[in-house]
Amino acid sequence: MSSTLFSRRNFLKVSAALAGSYALGSMPKLANAGSHGLTVGFIYVGPKDDFGYNQAHAEGAAAVKLMKGVNVVEEENVAETVDVQKTMESIINFDGAALLFPTSFGYFDPHILEIAPKYPNVRFQHAAGLWLADKHPMNVGSYFGYIGLGQYLNGIVAGHMSNSKKLGFVAAKPIPQVLQNINSYLLGARQVDPAITCQVIFTGEWSLAVKEAEATNALADANCDVITCHVDGPKVVMETAAGRGSYVCGYHANQSPLAPQKYLTGAEWNWSGVYTRMVQTVLDGGAIKNFDRGGLAEGYIKMSPLGPAVSDAARSQFKDTEAEMLRGNFAAYKGPLRDNAGNTILSAGESLVETDISLESMNYLVEGVIGSTS
Amino acid sequence: MKTADQNISHSKEKIFLTDVWLETLGKRSEAVLLPIGALFVGFLTFGLFLYFLGKSPLDFYALVYKAGFGTSFSWQNTLSRTAPLLFAALCVALPARLGLMVIGGEGAIVLGGVTFGVLAGSVSGLPGIIAILLLATASMLVAGVWIGAVGLLRHYRGVNETIASLLMAYIAIALMNHLVEGPFRDPDSLNKPSTAPIAAHLRIGDIPGWDVHWGLIAGLFCCLVSWVLLERTTLGFAARIAGGNIRAAQVQGLPVGRLILCFTSLGGAFAGLAGMFEVAAIHGSANASLASGYGYTGILVAFLARQNPIAIIPVAILLAAFEASSGLIQRRMGLPDATVLVLQGLVFVSILLSESLYGRFRIFYPVSQESEK
Repeated sequence: MSSTLFSRRNFLKVSAALAGSYALGSMPKLANAGSHGLTVGFIYVGPKDDFGYNQAHAEGAAAVKLMKGVNVVEEENVAETVDVQKTMESIINFDGAALLFPTSFGYFDPHILEIAPKYPNVRFQHAAGLWLADKHPMNVGSYFGYIGLGQYLNGIVAGHMSNSKKLGFVAAKPIPQVLQNINSYLLGARQVDPAITCQVIFTGEWSLAVKEAEATNALADANCDVITCHVDGPKVVMETAAGRGSYVCGYHANQSPLAPQKYLTGAEWNWSGVYTRMVQTVLDGGAIKNFDRGGLAEGYIKMSPLGPAVSDAARSQFKDTEAEMLRGNFAAYKGPLRDNAGNTILSAGESLVETDISLESMNYLVEGVIGSTS
Repeated sequence: MKTADQNISHSKEKIFLTDVWLETLGKRSEAVLLPIGALFVGFLTFGLFLYFLGKSPLDFYALVYKAGFGTSFSWQNTLSRTAPLLFAALCVALPARLGLMVIGGEGAIVLGGVTFGVLAGSVSGLPGIIAILLLATASMLVAGVWIGAVGLLRHYRGVNETIASLLMAYIAIALMNHLVEGPFRDPDSLNKPSTAPIAAHLRIGDIPGWDVHWGLIAGLFCCLVSWVLLERTTLGFAARIAGGNIRAAQVQGLPVGRLILCFTSLGGAFAGLAGMFEVAAIHGSANASLASGYGYTGILVAFLARQNPIAIIPVAILLAAFEASSGLIQRRMGLPDATVLVLQGLVFVSILLSESLYGRFRIFYPVSQESEK
């Protein structure tokens, strides 16, 4: 009992000292630090330093932070549940945000659609092409980039650098956006050598480090010597693949610091450009478009600088294709094209340009991709 | 002679009654004050932690208060996060009465939600209230069978229920992914595989005048029902006996197997309701967002409430307030999202440690103190 008393007394002493030091110190600053100017809120589904999806958006937020007359508030690890609904309301109510970027795909329906009508003076900008003029509120907007083109450019470099002629792809879920990236990666590589194949492994989750490492190792075991991925945080894939001696192509953000020698290039979001443009529009009193999409030319996506290992041949074909894309209306999908089950996707002469809406509902893997969507 | 005897026994009885009353009072206040004390010790420890990080503990708690309870929006924020925690905690607390540590409530939540999402289409012809009741029954049934199976495995095969329930939660999540990405996928849910959206008249709305759905009222009701079951029925009494000493209960002829089945499946059924409300009141269809960790926070709630269904209510509200404030803390103090997890962990450890202090503070035992004199 005496020891309990002793520690209790000690504890009281410490806490009294603490309380005293605070009484002398400043009073808590609970008011919003920046009540002047435009407050912009960013909400992420994962950690904002994940070397991936969330980091790409956080880099955009960082660029907005540098703008004059703008306050940025950020919140990470917000689940696609009532959590994000209340987070949006909390940022509006407590921080006075007039522009919100809830960045995760799953935030849109039902969460943004639930909250937006309650706050008609707040603008909700969501990263995906989900907004429909006839169904959704006017204070909601959608924006997205043709990042499949970035994977196509990844594929071109990968095609040059692969000795085994086998590429690897670690994918989260067999949904259209991911399938388009896998197919684009292979089609890019087949511009170099039509015999190249790409093995894909689906992990089933957006963020599942252990499975991502297992999948990467399995690809390396299968002699895939250039590996890329579409998961939320590519860190594990990049480090594991480079550790196994494979080259890597990045996705979402620049992962070259993780594997400086093995990193070839990467398909990155260019959210800093997109977000500063949108915020500037609001500052100028203009209206952000409700539906906006773009690729390389529109500054929606960008490529990581080519790594030290990239050969001259790869470099020149990469630059040529990039220049072609910058002219607009690039078509990565050209007939004749079959899926990997032998069904015809496009006949000779047909093609799908980057803006083609049918790309958004892709449900096949093209010939040359080893793997299955189910 | 006879009257004198009666007098003596009468006064003895009086003393005895006062003693009993004092003893009960002591024990009751111990049961309330000790956890509250432990809670504050946890808060203080966390304050020290913040202090050494160079952040102000006072600012921190002021923000927690502001975001959790400070405004009417804060209350609605807190309460709308409370409902799933109530159900999830019951899934831990009910089996705990039998001495079973079921930690896989997440699986039951997910399956309850999927059941609602998958079956909603087939009863959409019925009037709303009947269809919802039918679907709720189905959700409870599926989730109840899931956790009930954990209890049966424990009773008949000796499989550790803690491990089994956790592993079955992973299976449940995999099953959900298979169902919403495979056979029951709405073809229009392109990049976020989901079941078909449920019909508007099957949606569960908000409590009038509030931005909090009916799941909160249902959760409070289930807590009350559980409390009555545990404290005021022979079934609850039998469960406590079996939880205390299973051999003694068997010798007494108590149906231990049936008790285990009853309490595990009831706990699972409540967790299934959590999933059902997630789909019917929040998501509008079943998808991977169902597995968002409520089942695991529920474990914390149940332990902090010392497995008492009534105590679950304030504890769930408190933890919901922590989660409601997590955002404001990130935004205003620049602390990472994990901060609130550290606080929850410290409070958890502190309350667990306080378990060893029961009977150590004499102030709660006025009677035995007197008799020692």
